[in-house]
Parts: sequence; structure tokens; C-alpha cells
Amino acid sequence: MAVVNYDSELRRAGAHATHGWRRLGFLAQRYVLGTFGLIIMVLFVWTALSADFISRYDPLTVDSAHRLAPPSWAHWLGTDSFGRDVWARIIHGARISLAVGIGSTALGATLGVIVGLASGYLSGWVDLVFQRITDILQSLPLLVLALVMTAALGPSLHNVIIAIAIPLIPTVSRVIRANTLALREQPFVEAAKSIGMSETRIAIRHVLPNTLAPLIVLATAQLGSTILTEASLSFLGLGIPEPYPSWGRMLSESAAEYVRTAPWLVIFPGVAISLAVFGTNLFGDALRDILDPRQRG
Amino acid sequence: MFAYLVRRLALMFVTLFGISVIIFVLLRVVPGNIVDILFDAAGFVDPADKANLEKELGLSQPIIVQYFNWISGLLRGDLGYSYVSEKPALQEILPRIPITAKLAGLALLFSTSIGIPLGIISAVHQGTRLDYTLRVVSLSGLSLPSFWLGLLILMASVSMFGTMPIFNPNPKTWTEAFAIYAVPALAVGFRFAALTMRITRSSMLEILRQDYIRTARAKGASETSVNYHHALKNAMLPVITVIGIEAAFLIGGLIVTETVFNIPGIARFLVEALRWRDYPIVQNLVMFIAVVVVFTNFVVDLLYAAIDPRIRFGD
Repeated sequence: MAVVNYDSELRRAGAHATHGWRRLGFLAQRYVLGTFGLIIMVLFVWTALSADFISRYDPLTVDSAHRLAPPSWAHWLGTDSFGRDVWARIIHGARISLAVGIGSTALGATLGVIVGLASGYLSGWVDLVFQRITDILQSLPLLVLALVMTAALGPSLHNVIIAIAIPLIPTVSRVIRANTLALREQPFVEAAKSIGMSETRIAIRHVLPNTLAPLIVLATAQLGSTILTEASLSFLGLGIPEPYPSWGRMLSESAAEYVRTAPWLVIFPGVAISLAVFGTNLFGDALRDILDPRQRG
Repeated sequence: MFAYLVRRLALMFVTLFGISVIIFVLLRVVPGNIVDILFDAAGFVDPADKANLEKELGLSQPIIVQYFNWISGLLRGDLGYSYVSEKPALQEILPRIPITAKLAGLALLFSTSIGIPLGIISAVHQGTRLDYTLRVVSLSGLSLPSFWLGLLILMASVSMFGTMPIFNPNPKTWTEAFAIYAVPALAVGFRFAALTMRITRSSMLEILRQDYIRTARAKGASETSVNYHHALKNAMLPVITVIGIEAAFLIGGLIVTETVFNIPGIARFLVEALRWRDYPIVQNLVMFIAVVVVFTNFVVDLLYAAIDPRIRFGD
């Protein structure tokens, strides 16, 4: 007869690690790729925050004596056509990517939550109007809408954040609306109503916290795509203006003509974008598995 | 069914009307119009000349009149004139559509023929090393910016063949046609293949968990029969929907890829027109993209009902 060792089975399922560091340790062991993603993200944030201390050159200083220098001990990743240090520009570029990524995701998610909650909870004509607006916003590809918006608002950091945040609203509001519609029928909402709580208070205190898990999953998933969109906008010359060292812009300056002569100008900014987005995607996937077990696959 | 169709078509027009208003207003709040740009470039400003030009281009009229002129022209098939080339916008846009359509079609072909089989393999071997590897590859596919992938391909072509593929509208040989269309399509399609793979995998896993699959196994059906006969057909439904909807969004990847490879399609044209504040081109191109997206969604919806007998509209 087979003997089942319940203790080891429970341990494997994480029953011993219910909270605190032990729980974190268990999750890290279980979601290796997610942990890897988290490490990349932490590195990315740390680089952005301490850019001034870890780069030896100023990212904006032009040095015409050392134009297009290949990677060397003095310039780890080489210099660009103005003699600016590529390593310094990539490190400072992390700030822009992080600012746009977090800024537009937060703005898009906040507006999306407001629209989704109002739409799902108030229903009626509010829902109808918001649904139509969502339809309209979703009929244009993210990049097309963001391109037209940055062209309309003018190139600046703030405007790029707004231009990327607006197309995110429908994605978030759809999920929040669907969740709200389901939650509205739950007994605890009825209970809150029966003791005379106001609709706004029920929506904010009871319905909203219950939609947080899918919201976090969605926001992390969108973080990578906002970073990619900023890079695309800047690559096309309609995003962050000069002289800010945006990763996408670095590739646009160095595009096709440097493919032959200065490959380091093409390789390194692209690696930076891909690594940052890869990290957020890995982490986002693990987070979805942890917070939303129904989608686990 | 008929009532559903009518309602759906009406909603389509509401959406398209909304887009036309948004695009029109957005383009009018732009600081500096074409006249400013032209005069800045010329380096002198004579207010009378400027006013004349604005009047000639119809920019001095009230915004509502301008909007009305545009829409009534659109319905008659008159898209106005490009500010930059001074040719009819329709003449500028039409010849570029087949180029982008070919690229998009090829990209879609690549991505589905790679993404769907890999997604199935990944799901059938869930939890194995193969599944793990495929998942990491697909995630990295979603993380690479397509313009960077394009640049890397150009770089590889320079180091291998000493040259880059240059666009030629009438390729003479098969290899030239391949280099011109298939290589950029691969750069766009890679990301889409990754997306298709992920959707196929999760849809397949969802189906493999169903009771009827367990029944099939219990009655002794082989693994191949369960996976490919019982599960695959049902798993493909959501995949088809997502491919249909996302296909219209390929345009995002095409915008950067056409720029990298210097391909004169509509996607790159949109960026150029935006830089030049060439309103007639921008607003008509964006409308065109919106019509394609909205219409694709509509067709996918109908297709869904045609494939899945459980879905009937209008009930």
C-alpha cells in the first residue's frame, strides 16, 4: 500500500508558509520566472533613481572629439554622433521610461476605474454613454491614437504620459465594469444598502476593494506595453523631445545609417527596452497566477 | 438575427461618427498649422500672404463648417487635397493601401502558422521543460519592440550580404520579393505570433480541463484523439476571435516597421502626414484605419455565430 506523506505534500503546496518572509520565499521558489522578472524590475527602478550616481558622464554633454567612439574602457557602451556617452544616456533613459510607464499606467488605470465603476454601478444612461466612448476609443490601435494625441498636444513628457494613458482607459474600464456588475448582485452589497449606506460609499468602500486584484494584474500587464509605446512614439520622433535621453529616441537617431557604422548605437538601447519590458511581463504573468487563480494555466 | 444586424450596424455608425469628431477636434487644437510651418520654413511672415493661404486651404472657416465640408466630401468620395503634395488625398492614399495590406496579410500568415501549433504543443505538454521554454520565448516576443527587431534584421543582412533590402514596388525576382515583403512581415509577425501562441495555449488548457474531455479519456480515447479531435476544435473559437480583433491592430507594428524598412505604405504615410500637419491626409487615414477595425470586429462577430452553433444573436 502506498504511503502518503501528508507533511511533505502540504509543504509542497505552501501550507507552512502562510505569511511574511516565509510566504515570499515560498512564492519566489514556486514562481522562478516571476522572481527573475521582479529582480529586473527592481534593478530598473534602482537604475532610474540612482542614475546620477552610477553614470560617470553627463548624458547631455556633447564631446565632439569623441564622436561615434566604439565601446571602450572610457566609454563602456561607446558614444553617439554627438560624442555623448551611451551608458549614461541609457541609465538616464530609464528615468523617462519609468516615469512614462508608471505615470501613464497610473493615470489610465485611475480614469479607467472611475469610468468602469460609474458605468457598472450606476448603469442606465451613464453606462450607455461611457460604453459608446469606450467603443470609440477601442476602435483605434493604441499607437495610432497615441500618435495623433501627441501630435495634437505637442511633444513633452507630460503630454506623452497623457497620450498613452487615454487609450488605456477602455481596457481597464471594461474589466472593472464587468466585475462591478457581478459584485452588485452580491449579498454584502444588498446588506450595505439595507443599513442605509449611500451608493457612492458602497461603490468605493465595498465594490472597489473587491476589484483590486484584477486591477493590479491588468496594470502590471499594461506597464510593459506603455513602455513599448513610449519607445515607439519617441522612435518615430513624436514622443519625448530632444535632448532627453529616451531609449526610443536613441534608436531613432541611430537608425538605419548607423546599422553599418556604429552597431553599438542600435544594440544597447534596444536591449534596455526589451529587458525592462521582459521583466515587467515576467512579473505580471506570475502576479496574475498568484492573484487570479482562475486564469492560471 | 435581423434586428441584431440592424442594431450592430447602427452602433458601428455611431462609433465611426464619434471617431471622426474626436480626430477632427484633436487635429484642430494642434499648436501651429501647416501655414505656420510653411512660413516658419520660408523665414519671413507677411500677414496678408498668410491670411490668403489660410483662406485658400479653408482654415479660416469656423471649425463646424470645416467638419461639415470634410464629412460631406467623404460621403461623396472626395477626400480633399493633400497640403504637402497638393494632389487629391485619395490619389495619395489609394496606391499605398495594397503595400500595407500585403505586409499585414503576410504577417498574419506567419504569426498564425507559427503561433497556433506552438500554442497547442505548449498546452499539451503543460508543465514540462518544452512548455517552459516556449512560454519564455513567447514572452520575449512580446517584449521586443518591432522596430528594434527590424533594425537587428537590417544589421544581420548588412553583415551577411553586405547590403540592405531596399523597397522596390515591382520586384523582378522571387528572392527580391521575399526580401521586400517577407522580411518586414516577419519583424511585425513575431510579436503577433507570440500573442497567438499565448492565447492558443490558455484556450487549449481551459478546454482540456472540461468534463467532456475527462469523459473522452474515460471511454478510452487516445491522447491524440482527445487533444486534436475533441479539444482543438473548441479551443480554436476564442483564438479565431482574438486573431480577428487583434489583426486590425497590426497597424501599430506596421507603423514602426514601415519606417525602419522605408516602405511607402499607409502606416508610414500617417507618421509623415502627422509631422507635416497634413490634416486631409491624417484625418482620412485615421478614419480609414477606424473603418477597417470596426468592420473587422463586425465580421468576426458574425463569423463566430457561423462557426459556433451555440451562439445565436437576437435572443
